[in-house]
Order: sequence, then C-alpha cells, then structure tokens
Amino acid sequence: MPELLDLAQRIVDDARPGEEVEAYVAHYRDTDVRVFGGEIESLSSAESSGVGVRVVVGGRQGFAYVGDLDEASGREALSEARDNASFASPDEHAGLARPDGVAPAALDLWREGAASTPTADKVELAMELERLVRAGDPRVRQVVSSDYGDGQVESAIASSTGIAATSRRTNCYISADVVAGDGDDTQTGAGYSVGREPSDLDVEEAASDAIERATRLIGARKAKSARLTVVLDRRVTATLLALLAGTLSGEEVAKGRSLFSGRLGEEVAVPSLTFVEDPTNPLAFGAATYDAEGLACRRTPLVEKGRLSAYLYDTYSARLAGARSTASAVRGGYKSAPGVGARAVAIEPGTLDQDGIIAQVGDGFLVQGVFGIHSGVNPVSGDFSVGAEGLLIAGGALGAPVREVTIASTIQKMLQGVLAIGGDVEWLPGSSSGVTLAIADVAMGGD
Amino acid sequence: MVQTETMLVDPAAVESALSLALGHGGEFAEVFVEDRRTTGISLDDRKVEELSSGRDRGAGIRVVVGETTGFAHTADLSERGLLAAAEAAAAVARQGSPGVREVALEGRTVPAPHRFEVAPESVPKSTKVDLLRRADEAARSSGGEIVQVSAGYGDSRRRILVANSDGLLVEDDQVRSRLMVMCVASGDSGLQTGYESLALTIGFELFDRFSVEEVAEKAARRALVKLSARPAPSGTLPVVIERGTGGILFHEACGHGLEADHIVKDASVYRGRVGEQVASPLVTLVDDGTVAEQWGTAAIDDEGKPSQRNVLIEEGVLTDYMWDTLRARKEKRPSSGNGRRQSYQHLPMVRMTNTYLQKGKDDPEEILAQTPYGVYVAKLGGGQVNTATGDFVFGMTEAYLIEDGHLTEPLRDANLIGNGPEVLTRIDAVGNDFDMCPGTCGKDGQSVPVGCGQPTLRISGVTVGGTAGA
Repeated sequence: MPELLDLAQRIVDDARPGEEVEAYVAHYRDTDVRVFGGEIESLSSAESSGVGVRVVVGGRQGFAYVGDLDEASGREALSEARDNASFASPDEHAGLARPDGVAPAALDLWREGAASTPTADKVELAMELERLVRAGDPRVRQVVSSDYGDGQVESAIASSTGIAATSRRTNCYISADVVAGDGDDTQTGAGYSVGREPSDLDVEEAASDAIERATRLIGARKAKSARLTVVLDRRVTATLLALLAGTLSGEEVAKGRSLFSGRLGEEVAVPSLTFVEDPTNPLAFGAATYDAEGLACRRTPLVEKGRLSAYLYDTYSARLAGARSTASAVRGGYKSAPGVGARAVAIEPGTLDQDGIIAQVGDGFLVQGVFGIHSGVNPVSGDFSVGAEGLLIAGGALGAPVREVTIASTIQKMLQGVLAIGGDVEWLPGSSSGVTLAIADVAMGGD
Repeated sequence: MVQTETMLVDPAAVESALSLALGHGGEFAEVFVEDRRTTGISLDDRKVEELSSGRDRGAGIRVVVGETTGFAHTADLSERGLLAAAEAAAAVARQGSPGVREVALEGRTVPAPHRFEVAPESVPKSTKVDLLRRADEAARSSGGEIVQVSAGYGDSRRRILVANSDGLLVEDDQVRSRLMVMCVASGDSGLQTGYESLALTIGFELFDRFSVEEVAEKAARRALVKLSARPAPSGTLPVVIERGTGGILFHEACGHGLEADHIVKDASVYRGRVGEQVASPLVTLVDDGTVAEQWGTAAIDDEGKPSQRNVLIEEGVLTDYMWDTLRARKEKRPSSGNGRRQSYQHLPMVRMTNTYLQKGKDDPEEILAQTPYGVYVAKLGGGQVNTATGDFVFGMTEAYLIEDGHLTEPLRDANLIGNGPEVLTRIDAVGNDFDMCPGTCGKDGQSVPVGCGQPTLRISGVTVGGTAGA
C-alpha cells in the first residue's frame, strides 16, 4: 500500500499553482468460482488496478481515469482531468476535502484468509453449498448456480489539500440460486452467507436459507387486492433502508430532488424509529475507515425518534448547504469521481423476533421478496410500488404463499405507518442492515 | 496470419498465448482484447458539474476444459502479460499433457463492419457541453413548474479484437453516443419527475439528426403532466402500451427466458418448448444485432461471431433460443451471435442485442378506441424478471387512465406486474406502427447496451400496482 500512496502523492505533487488535485489509486484482487452439477463451471482469478484524478481550478472540476498503475498513465489522466475542468461551469462550492481533525476509527477490515486460502478450498465451499442444497429437500429441482467469491481491495488517496489516507479490506461470500417445485409449480429462492474471509462463511445456513425461501413459496397464487399490514422480511427492510438513505443525500436535498428537502427537524416517522448511518461499526458490510475523499468515516444519526435530524454530505454538498461533510463520499472505484452515499445504515432494533411480530400483527402479508425496486420507487415524489412475493398472515401465523402481487404506498406514509421494529438485526451485503419491520395500511394489488 | 499496424495487440503474441493455453490441456481458448475510451459530461442545477474521461485497455483470456472455464484478465497487452494471463486461465486445465499446441490465426473480415461518421474524440468538448446547456434551456422553457433539470452526455469508442483456438481473428470498432435528460416539476401535489433519453450506436452525427431540445421537452412534459396525476388503480386491467416503450417488456418477460444458459440449467419456463404455441398468434419476436444504428447493434458479438437476425417466436410458436459459443458448442450448433460481455474483465454469456416484437395489422388509434377501461402506458421505465417463474415487474413512468376508449387522466408512477408466458398469450391487439428504445440490460452483475422495440399493443389483463381501487 505504501506504493499506492506514493503513486497518488507523486501525481498530486504535479498540481500547478491555483489548482487542487486529488488522486485515488486502487488495486483489486478477485476470485470468483461458479459450480454447477458438481463441476466447476467457471473459475476466474483476476487483478486489476487504476487511478482516478480530480482537478478543481477556479471552481471548475474535471475528472479522468486510467485502468493501470503506470505513472505515465497517471500523469496523462491528470492532464486530461485538467483539460476537462476547463469546460465545467465555475461553482463557488467546488473543491476538495481538507483534513477536518476527526480521528479515523480503529477498524481492521483485512483478513489474511481471503488471500491465503487455497483456491481448491474456495471451490470446495461452493461445491459443498451445492451438495447441501440438493440433498436438503426433495422439492429442490435445480441449483442454478452455487458461487464463491472474494475480493481484496487496497486503495490510497492523496490531495494537494493535505489528504493522505490508505485503506484495505477483504470480503467474501457464498450464494446459491435454487429452483424448487412440486407438480407444475416452480418457485425460486436464494441463500447466502457473507464475511471477510472464508472461515466466516456459514455454508449450512446459506443452504437452509436458500431451500426455505424457494420451497415455502411453492403453490403460491395471486391474492385478492386489499389494504393490509405488511411485515417486511429483514432483507426487504434492508433494501428499503438503502433507498431511504438515498433520499437523504445532502446533494439531492439541496437540489430539490428529495421528498425530504426542507424538512429537517420535522416528524417524518413514528417516534419509535431511529435511523443511523455508521460505517465505523465493524459488523457492517460497508464498514470503512475513510470515505472516498479521505475523511475519517463517522456515525451520523439521520432520523432520531421519528424526527429528521441530518442529511448525508460529502465535501461539495456540505459547502452547497452550508454544513460540514459527514464523510459520506462514496465512489464506484477509480473510474468515477466521488458522490454522496451511505455505507452502513441501520434502524435501531426493537425487541421482538419475526414470529413475535407476526403474532402481534395478526392478519397481513409477510413480504419475503420485492422486485422492481428501481423502477417502482420514486425517491423524489416518494411513490412506492413494487412487485412482491411472500406469505399471508392469518390469526398471527403464516398462511398461504402469494406471488405476482404488488405492494404500494408512499415512503412518507410507510415511515408514519411503522407498527413494530424487530430485534433480529442482520448485516447484509450492500449499504444497510435489516430487521423485521411491520407497516400498516399498504395497498396490495392482485386479482 | 495477418497483421496490420493498427491492431490492438501483436497477433503473434496472441498466437503464443492461445498455444500456451491449449498446451496446458485446454480444449478451447480465446483472447479478447479491448481498448475503450469514454467521455461523460453531467449538467445539474444549471451547472456543467463535471467532465470525465477514461481509458481502459486490457485482455481477458478464457480456457475451456470439459465443463469448466478458466478465466483471467490483464491490463498488460505485451506478450509477457498475455502469456501470464493465459497461464492463469489455464490453471483449471492442469491435468492436460504439458507442451504447446500450435494455433494459427486467420484474419477474417466482418461482413457488415460498424459504421460511424463523426468520431467522438474529433468533437471539441465545448461542443458536447453546449448540447447539455441547450437541453437545460429547453427543459426549463417548457413550464415554470420545472424546478430542476439534470442532463447527461456520454460517448464511448470501444475497439475489440477476438482471437480463438479455432483460428478466428476479428476486430471491431464500436462507437456509441447518448444524451439523457431528467426533470423535476413541483406543484401542489408535490414533486414529479420526467425522463427521456436518446442513444444510438453511431458517432456525434446523432446530434445532427435528432434535436436535443425535443428530448428535453419530452422529459419536461412528462414531469409536468404528472403534477395533475391521480394514483394509479390497483388490480388486473387491460393495458395498452405505446409503440417503442414496451419493447423492454418483451426483453424482460420472455427474452431472458430464451437465453440458452437459463435453458440448459432448467431455469427457464421455456425449456423444451420449441415448436409449441407459447404466445398469441399475433406475436413474432425477434432478436437482431444487425438493426442499423440501434443501441444493441454491433458488427460482431464479444466472441467474434457476426451479429445476425434470430426469430425467437414466430406467430406465437417458439422457434429457437439465443446462443453463445460455449452453449452452442455443447449442442453442436452454431452460436446465434449472442455472446456478449461488459468488458475484458468479464466472461461472456448469452445476452440479447435488439429485441423486438414485429408490427401487426391494427390501427393504434383503433386499439385505444376499442378499450372501454384500462391503463395506457406512454412510457415504461425499468423492469426485472425471474426467468425460472416468468414473473416480471415494470415501472410506468408516463401513463393515463383509459375510459370509454379515450385517455382521460394522467396516472402517478406505479409498477406493472405479470407473468411473461401468461402475458404473451393475452396480447389481443398489435398495431401497424413501430419504434425502438435504448436500454441497459443487467445480468449477473454485467451491464450491456440493448435495444428494445414494439408496435402499439394491448394486453387483455395485467396487474397494475397502484394505490387506488381499480
């Protein structure tokens, strides 16, 4: 990693007077295994790296990247970014991050096991998962894919404004896609387990999760349209929370593209709901020491006891809003300039488990999966309409499986309609964690 | 062997890499070289926020042994880099007898090379920036309620070379250009959004042929119309879909289920059904990578196979699936030119190109007039499908209520949900008009540009996921 920071620093050292220059250098190592029918379908091991350079001069920003670590290429990217900047509109708020004195959390996100585990053992994890799923239930018709994947990322960021940071992390996962059926009926489900190194992975849990999700929907039918209470499974809640975090982006808010614009301090949710971004939590999949501009990540409560308390900011959006950065700059690798985003959002958990919430709700619909999230949720208007599958809840217990229905409401209404928050926290891949969540008065569209 | 000065890599180095891969026991080996340059410009809140440009160059090498594919990629296009990647990819094939099996490459000409007039790199950045300013201006002029406009410009030039152990050596030079506009309108009912894009597989001449202002005005109008929109109904209703925008429905609802990888793994509702009536006789579905200039068009696919027109469903009868090289080899049949990948860092898989429903005989106005009650979709957003069950969802981003054969009120955004195989049998009117739309298709974590098209048509019943009683 010192080499990565050195390279970043050397590029930054070429900044001309009046210019702010930032270089982000990353190196990735990935292994991906896919198993099918007891054989390796594909095995890929790859290394890649690149440099992304941002230049701000006279309030104008430009960006360029190159997909290698050659110093000459890095300098080419600098000169291209410089040229790009000359065509942007001057913006008094543009500028790079400056060190703000917040100390980085002591997080160890690197595990040697990701690299040191022999490839054959990684392959065996995917093989074992496939075997367990196949043998686990006679209704399993096909394991479409059983995958193992891991990644090691090392990165460095330096800027002419005094930023110098390095970080490294590992992650790995196994997952299985399952088709189950009985007679003419076919249903699907997926199960997975994530960790920082192979020994973190729980193959049995991934297998039973996949089997349960696929088999419990067998025989599912469309249901009658109704307004009812929905109980969101942990994964569904996590998906919803990631969306909610997007609407709290300080940049979208400042530009009038969020349903939460101008609502700071208002009651936006039930008083039992507290919603926090905290990348310093080592349990979070998205945990990070530094944000994409090299500031130390920190905890930011977004909704406290139902009241909207903060937005997420990177350096630019913070300046735009007259606020301080919450160190919420994220970037999609070296190929893009930073933007605002959440890494690790969570609802403060309640006490009940899923069964307890189902019993409390009495009648409703347990939503096991949603789809069409990107087309069906409008972060500006708050309109929410997604495809759903799951099980009806009757008399406080799970009943008939349901598919091909929609659930619809608005984000605003759903936050005010939260009836119960589970204590069953699960950290999931992505930027959010899940708990079981019950929400009143949602429209289910079916027959 | 052929060699030209402008080739992305030295063909001799490629031959060495392929020979090495086979020498390790590979039955099939392939080198895919890519050099991609991109430009992106974003305008937001009246400001040209950022220009970004990038370059990625590298090679992906795969080696196939039995059922197993080994894959490695490198950004080092020297002979040393290619050999190292070939060695890594061939690690899955260790059991083979060591040695080198010679591969002799034979350059082939691509029957319909990709054409463009104005290379994106020849256009000054300031000219590209101007397009966005014009879009911003036009959108804001569309109505005082337009409170925010963001616009994006993108171009890419992707040179690829594909060589494999069958001796194939082909190259292509793919240029794409696009522009998109997103507007936010504010009214008593809150905020509404409207989106429109323009994208073709051509160079900067795109903007001589199409008006940026029209794109922006369309996006603005969509947002404005929805300010007075009522909640969409909830329940199963007849749905009329305007030409062009609904192509994505066929892409999702049945296209994915016709990809051979899903078929081979028994993860598609269409497995074993070739020759059967799977759709209304009004339905003829085609995937065609040769449609001039469309977003999913290319001279060759990412396995070097020339693009072609494939009829998937003919008058309701399933005729064939889509194939990549690997799946086709196993079935001892030719690839259908549907092997595509996001970049040299990805393995190719079966992907669609331009997928469309052929036009029919009905007058689009008559289709509407003969619909007493239902929903008219003027613009569909993204969608998603479960290929194993056929269940799909799509977002409607511009829709109207149909009452007594007329469009009455605009509707707020909502999803449509249905089952692909069922919907195909419920198409009861197909218009004599036609249009195509660009899209980005995601599968297994890889995104590729695709085109989708369809005539105006009616589905007798689809579930609309609104919040109002139907």
